[in-house]
Amino acid sequence: MNQKTNILMAGVGGQGVLLASEILSDVMMNAGFDVKKSEVHGMAQRGGSVTSHVIIGEKVYSPIIRKGEADILFSFEILETMRYLDYLKKDAVILVNNQKILPPSVSMGKDVYPDQSIELLNSHYKNVSVVNALDLARQAGNPKALNVVFIGALSRHFQEDESLWHKAIEKILPPKLVPLNIKAFGLGRNA
Amino acid sequence: MKLLLSGNEAIARGAYEAGVKVAAAYPGTPSTEILENIIDYPDIYAEWAPNEKVALEVGIGASIAGERTIVVMKHVGVNVAADPLFTLSYTGVRGGVVIITADDPAMHSSQNEQDNRNYAKFAKVPMLEPSDSQEAKDFVLKAFEISETFDTPVFIRTTTRVSHSKSLVELSEPAKRNPKDTLERDPQKYVMLPNHARARHPLVEKRLDKLQAFSDAFEENRIELNDLNIGIIADSVAYQYAKEAFPEYSFLKISMVHPLPLKKIREFADQVKKLYVFEELDPFIEEQVKALGISVTGKDVFPICGEFDPSTAIEGISGLKISIPNKPLIDVLPPRPPNMCPGCPHRGLFYTLKQLKVFVTGDIGCYTLAALPPLQIIDSCICMGASIGNAHGIDKALGDKIQGKVVAVIGDSTFMHSGITGLLDIVYNNGNSTVIILDNRTTAMTGRQENPGTGYTLMGKPAKRLDLEALTRALGVEHVRKVDPYDLKTLKAILKDELERKAPSVIITEAPCVLHKRSYQKGAKPLTVNSDVCIGCKTCTHIGCPAISFVKTDDKKGKSVINEALCTGCDVCAQICKVKAIS
Repeated sequence: MNQKTNILMAGVGGQGVLLASEILSDVMMNAGFDVKKSEVHGMAQRGGSVTSHVIIGEKVYSPIIRKGEADILFSFEILETMRYLDYLKKDAVILVNNQKILPPSVSMGKDVYPDQSIELLNSHYKNVSVVNALDLARQAGNPKALNVVFIGALSRHFQEDESLWHKAIEKILPPKLVPLNIKAFGLGRNA
Repeated sequence: MKLLLSGNEAIARGAYEAGVKVAAAYPGTPSTEILENIIDYPDIYAEWAPNEKVALEVGIGASIAGERTIVVMKHVGVNVAADPLFTLSYTGVRGGVVIITADDPAMHSSQNEQDNRNYAKFAKVPMLEPSDSQEAKDFVLKAFEISETFDTPVFIRTTTRVSHSKSLVELSEPAKRNPKDTLERDPQKYVMLPNHARARHPLVEKRLDKLQAFSDAFEENRIELNDLNIGIIADSVAYQYAKEAFPEYSFLKISMVHPLPLKKIREFADQVKKLYVFEELDPFIEEQVKALGISVTGKDVFPICGEFDPSTAIEGISGLKISIPNKPLIDVLPPRPPNMCPGCPHRGLFYTLKQLKVFVTGDIGCYTLAALPPLQIIDSCICMGASIGNAHGIDKALGDKIQGKVVAVIGDSTFMHSGITGLLDIVYNNGNSTVIILDNRTTAMTGRQENPGTGYTLMGKPAKRLDLEALTRALGVEHVRKVDPYDLKTLKAILKDELERKAPSVIITEAPCVLHKRSYQKGAKPLTVNSDVCIGCKTCTHIGCPAISFVKTDDKKGKSVINEALCTGCDVCAQICKVKAIS
């Protein structure tokens, strides 16, 4: 049986979602799995909703996850989490970065931000983890490292050794940012 | 060595392994990263051409010189390059020519979802379709072999999900080749006078016959027999979706979609009980299968619009709607559309145009986002350069009735791509339109590529910078004004002047994109709202800046707040604030 793990990443353009999916994919490739990942560039990057689909298995065909099939929803923003629940399997894991970024209609006072989201998630799903990635990133030395903090939190859900994750960070990030991001990763992993 | 590469990165690698000498393109999602990655291979000369037609003409030149060339464009770019394309099909090649057409089913970043497989048939040019990154790389090498063996340009068609998905790719090293790399006169082949072209057309038809035989023998058009109750013919990424959904069924994987392997299709159809064609967009394969007299199910169960995923295969073949275990917990969520960046030089311009209540013919670029709330001040968007012709057509149709009420907006790169001839038309035919060129010194929407106005080439070399003012004056526009789009008062005055003028006029708004590495806003300080002065009138929220939000206060009136992490200090909100609460 060809077992697959489907991870749907969601967030807002500029939060570093694509770099996070790059790190996860690199780790899984080096752990010997087939990996496909898919995202859309271009217009969506201008502050819009961003998703990245990562699929891991012995042999992967489709580069996108179909609705109802995601094992993990890895969401960088509270409202964006709510947008993709129909992608989840029944007993899926949800990781949420505890951050609110107001969409334009909320900023203008026309729509209301769904402040009850985390409570709603907790009342409907057994496996919800809320991570304060932005605070931990500041603690690591740079708020921009929130994506690496958050990937640290995700890494707990996989068996792969921590050294593989460190190697991926060293490979993908510019050398001068590596020490800070290794620290950020550790804070997320142990959060 | 295996790497995780996007389809675009894999195509760039394929070009390197195939010994490509010249690569040309105009940026366009989802194709842009191909040339951005090709410059990592210093043996390849690569350039951004002003448009796709020029890019293909450059490629043809390199081919006549005996070298291999790759020309890259998005699907609608092929419309622009169609003129040289159709004749290139007649001349054939000397060095191999591969044309990448990156289609965009679902229109993630496009104005239509045309299916460019039709171009292969129309121009009588063979077409390969990779379904993942390994194939994307490998098919570039195969396409060059086909190009040189059959004396033809070759299309490789990707879709967004092939271009932008990453999968594992095994790399190779370039093979030793001996390109012709000299010039030789051959007018019967390259000078398409009617007499020569008449001799070439029968050769094109013979070439198609030979390619038909090749397609049937081509090992990448692959029959995979399994459960014979159901057989699925599929191309591009649709093959991967169907394979994910039904690994147990039989497949005919189409990798060369033109000409189709008709014998293999017959052979496959004979072996399976129920036959499906699973293809995104047009029934391109289905119609040809039906023309063979074979009974097949396709667009009657799979949609013609948008892109597929594995669910499309499951629902189409089973006839049942998949039930999803988790429903949304909140029915209507605030949308999060893309938006102009904080500090974008376009924002103040569109706010001012809205105040002037003009009809704005728009064009292709970031500024098309001004069509969305709260600005909502773009009234047409058709294709690259269309804003200028549209404004002129409105002027000629309604004359004095709309004098001073219509304006065309076009970005610098889009103007160089296809706007120059439109402006020439206004001048030549005694038009009165006003054209605003938004000069942000980059090709912003596709990710900030260099262009003839930036002073740099794709390969990072300094270049002569196009003088837009001198160019527009040379076209015959007598009234050309430059303005800083962050200075709203001056901008509004100039706009009023030029709109009233009964003569062609051009306004160039000069300010680099905020994301530009050469942006001059880097030193500006974020602004703040003085909450004692703010009266909660919401005027500053009407420009749609992501840095500004409106928060409720105890007295129920509410106040504006600026997010200092996002604010670039561009000052547009401060200029429109009625009570001077922002500084």
